[in-house]
Amino acid sequence: MRTAMSELDLRIATSVKDALTILRDEPRTPIAGATDVYVALNFGTLAPRQFLDIWELDELRTISIHEDTLVIGALTSYTALIQSHLVGQRVPMLVEASRLVGGVQIQNRGTLGGNIANGSPAADGVPVLSATDAIVVLRSLDGERRIPINSFYTGYRSTVMKPDELIVAIEIPPVAGKQWFRKVGTRQAQAISKIVMAATRSASPKIALGSVAPTVVRAKMTEQALASGASIDEAAEILGTEITPIDDVRSTADYRMRVSQNLLRRFWADTA
Amino acid sequence: MNAVGSSVPRKDGIGKATGAARYADDLVFPGMLHGRTIRSTVPRGRIESIRFDFDTTGFTIVDYRDVPAKNAVDLMSQDQPFLAEHEVKHMAEPILLIAHEDKEKLNAASVIIGYDEEEPLFDPEKSPLSFKDIDIVKGDTDHALEQADVVVEGVYRTGHQEHVYIEPNGVIAVPEEGGVAIYGSVQCPFYVIKALRCMLGSAHPNVRVIQTETGGGFGGKEEYPSMIAGHAVLLALKSGRPVKIIYDRAEDMVATTKRHPSIVRHRTGLTRDGKLVAMDIDVLLDGGAYVTLSPTVLSRGCIHAAGPYSCDNVHIRGRTVFTNTPPNGAFRGFGAPQTEFAVEVHMDRIAERLGMDPVELRRINALRPGDITATGQTLRSDASAHMVLEEAVRRTDFDRKRKEWKGTTKSIGLSLFYHGAGFTGAGERNLKSKARLELTPTGVRIAVGSTEIGQGTRTMHAQIVTDALGIPYESVEVAQPDTSRVADSGPTVASRTCMVVGKILEECAIEMRSKLGGLSPSEYYEKNGELSIERMYEPPDWIQWDDSTYRGDAYATYGWGCDVVELELDPDTFEVRPIKLTAVQEFGRPIHPALARGQIEGGTAQGLGYALLENVVMKNGAMANSQLTNYVIPTTLDMPELDVVMMENPYPGGPFGAKGLGELPMDGPAPAVVNAIRALGIDLREIPATPERLATAPAI
Amino acid sequence: MQFNLNGADVEVHSHPMSRLLDVLREELKLTGSKEGCGEGECGACTVLVDGEPVCSCLVPVAQVAGAQVVTIEGLGGDHPLQKLFMNEVGAQCGICTPGMIMAALTLPDNPTLDDVKTALAGNLCRCTGYSAIYRAVLKWKEAE
Repeated sequence: MRTAMSELDLRIATSVKDALTILRDEPRTPIAGATDVYVALNFGTLAPRQFLDIWELDELRTISIHEDTLVIGALTSYTALIQSHLVGQRVPMLVEASRLVGGVQIQNRGTLGGNIANGSPAADGVPVLSATDAIVVLRSLDGERRIPINSFYTGYRSTVMKPDELIVAIEIPPVAGKQWFRKVGTRQAQAISKIVMAATRSASPKIALGSVAPTVVRAKMTEQALASGASIDEAAEILGTEITPIDDVRSTADYRMRVSQNLLRRFWADTA
Repeated sequence: MNAVGSSVPRKDGIGKATGAARYADDLVFPGMLHGRTIRSTVPRGRIESIRFDFDTTGFTIVDYRDVPAKNAVDLMSQDQPFLAEHEVKHMAEPILLIAHEDKEKLNAASVIIGYDEEEPLFDPEKSPLSFKDIDIVKGDTDHALEQADVVVEGVYRTGHQEHVYIEPNGVIAVPEEGGVAIYGSVQCPFYVIKALRCMLGSAHPNVRVIQTETGGGFGGKEEYPSMIAGHAVLLALKSGRPVKIIYDRAEDMVATTKRHPSIVRHRTGLTRDGKLVAMDIDVLLDGGAYVTLSPTVLSRGCIHAAGPYSCDNVHIRGRTVFTNTPPNGAFRGFGAPQTEFAVEVHMDRIAERLGMDPVELRRINALRPGDITATGQTLRSDASAHMVLEEAVRRTDFDRKRKEWKGTTKSIGLSLFYHGAGFTGAGERNLKSKARLELTPTGVRIAVGSTEIGQGTRTMHAQIVTDALGIPYESVEVAQPDTSRVADSGPTVASRTCMVVGKILEECAIEMRSKLGGLSPSEYYEKNGELSIERMYEPPDWIQWDDSTYRGDAYATYGWGCDVVELELDPDTFEVRPIKLTAVQEFGRPIHPALARGQIEGGTAQGLGYALLENVVMKNGAMANSQLTNYVIPTTLDMPELDVVMMENPYPGGPFGAKGLGELPMDGPAPAVVNAIRALGIDLREIPATPERLATAPAI
Repeated sequence: MQFNLNGADVEVHSHPMSRLLDVLREELKLTGSKEGCGEGECGACTVLVDGEPVCSCLVPVAQVAGAQVVTIEGLGGDHPLQKLFMNEVGAQCGICTPGMIMAALTLPDNPTLDDVKTALAGNLCRCTGYSAIYRAVLKWKEAE
């Protein structure tokens, strides 16, 4: 542990209202499952030193249906998602994605809200939310804002969140059609994705990819092409123009490009 | 009931499973300081300036001027400094040491070093400096190649591999009455003593090294600990206080030794029926910036480079060269995984070219007792190439699967390999290893410098002594390796701990048994007091070896193996999923079957990682993916079903017929995997066989 | 702050952002949980928090206030799984063993081999290739 404790400051929120009050008054970074906090601190990619612990806020752990929309509390862990009947029924691909996050230890602490807020382009849950047009519910003392996940990211690890806001829930409307999910990692477990894709097949197919651009990509042009009867080869070519994969320590741009296109074809064949 | 041959309860007790076992970082000493190494941030350059950008109160600071006698890590060469003086030759080279009571203050200390950077050399093929050249000549390959019906050429490459012992390097130097004690995670306590004595000189305080419970070594703690121990001692001497240095994972991955990357070129002549007539082989190993053990890695690599095959004309040229990268060093297999990867993939390419079955090609050429190796060694009855090959082929139904799976995404491949046990040639004689057996009031105590690093040293030695002495297993204890209290048994490397050190112990026990004259240890002790038997290893007298010509009996004996891998390729992602690996290995006979099985399963897993997953990404001469997130080793879900078959062919010179085993399993998986991939029609000639490589590899 | 450790209440004074692993090892002197990576990749630091295996190198100690924490030391030293890890050679060097045992503790009854592999996918072992670990765990479950 290279970061000095003496540099760090932690306050503990006792309720959502308490958390929001603190956030309005002090610049603090909320921490929930904290699975990336120490890693980022030690690696030098997390600059902030003042934190707000929201782990205790059980009111953010409920999963329910409200007017046919699945509402998942932001502090729902991957383990809770895997065990939830509601999630399993309505968005089985979110369960699939959750099973592939880290190992059991990470699944027990990592939260859906944390995955979204952390903003990694490799986040495994985010393409699922993107393909299902999920809404991120933000709350501050001034009230709530509902932001579609597909408008949530403004750039690499940047979101529209204001410093005094917390993600409180994720709303997933009913999902039409067959769901399909695939994560390509560096190995079979405990892997950061090299490419991650979530898709639904219906009259309006929806296709979302992670790890192939600075933010999650909702491949709208590819979707439109497929919806209007283009061949899968044409669609794959269009997909190639919607993603901007890079070379990094885990993989190459060429591989990511090629495999994304292969996965599109596989999705199309599997869900025919 | 014999102890040898049964899976008796282990001498480690239950501490490893209860958290009671004490590893280096678990130890705390009064007044202890924490130490940190300040390392270079350029791969090559002259040090122009050093500035301390922190309040140095309470800090102990050490640089090269604090080295009492010689600023060089005494190993094969004395070219590597403990601390850089005026120039650095690799990224992360140690320059300064600092210590403080408070870990936070220690980690926050900022040292600004200015360099006059120079152009670094990273490409081993362009290196102007060879640490060692080896030339092994048998017959006349040039002539034989001219005459051959078929000539097949190929170039094969392997990358770095990082050990990833789950416990990183760590030591504590503790000043004590008359000297310094070093507690640490080490494989070779006496290597550390040698290095410390050289560093400290003739006025050196008394040093002793005590091995703490060690969380994995695999060669990564063979020679490297001399460096970290030297650092801790320098800080301890200057401060007068105990100093603990524990590397975190990133530092360990970037700065410490790795497996040598290799480029191996084959040019092979055969008759059109598949008989080898000429093997011309070129081996290049990237040694990094300092010599460390590169000459011996090259040696073992070259000796194994022609594979377990009989050929009248063999020429192996080897070089290990300098680059401006952190020095590479010992890693289980020690050169053989690299060269046996090359020869085994080359054999399959030969089979492809001749339109032959790869098993048949090996049947025609595999070594038999009485055959002569590349160095001119005549193999004896303990040579088992054919035995392991036939068993592996039969057990896996290789021929049927090979035919049935052709054209599908499933595939099967094999590798045939061998591994010399003990030090090469005259090495064991030169080591003059000793073992000591001491009588105690209740039994006997084994006092050897061999270390338990998970492979079962304590237990296996106790089993040998139990049976040779004829006393209850429970009355044999094993001393913790403390160099002031145990014999120098040589390093715990080279698959020698059972075959060589176990043999010395067997001899000690036989001598003690005769001295006991029918009395039990406690009876004798009560009657006559202490008794201690110390003996030196006597290698078999038939071993003849010429270091200048590299000819003769390279090893006293060899272990033999045949691995078969069944795998499936995902055509969308080019990911390879290994389904089953059958490891047939012959190593004399197992002393402790469960521990032996563990060596094979564990070494195979490491070999699979080497084959498929483990990719060291170098950027500007240092490992860029120095986190376990990005340098990936196999998890449970990455492992195929393992089917291990342990065959026996006793070696008369080993204790109860045992040979060496630790490294053998490492040699097989990578070529078996690549041969299975090749059978899918993908022309792959390097590892790791990542999906990215498979995606761009040409078709055969 | 206070929490329940291995069945007994303890009070700790470390900085609230201290990693639970450091509080266990340094303030409480329980060195059975190990640091293999500090990134939550190797699982050698695994402990149970309210019955769930977590990487203690990733948990700020403030988050276990009032929780039940169980470490390898909490098993008492003669738990059948501990004996089996030694006898079946599920432990070679032993550094991953405490974390491996803690992760295995929460397996349900009658687990399949796949269940065991999945439960232990967050624990890296470099020595055994995992086969002997499965043997130890499955034998334990069989006997239970």
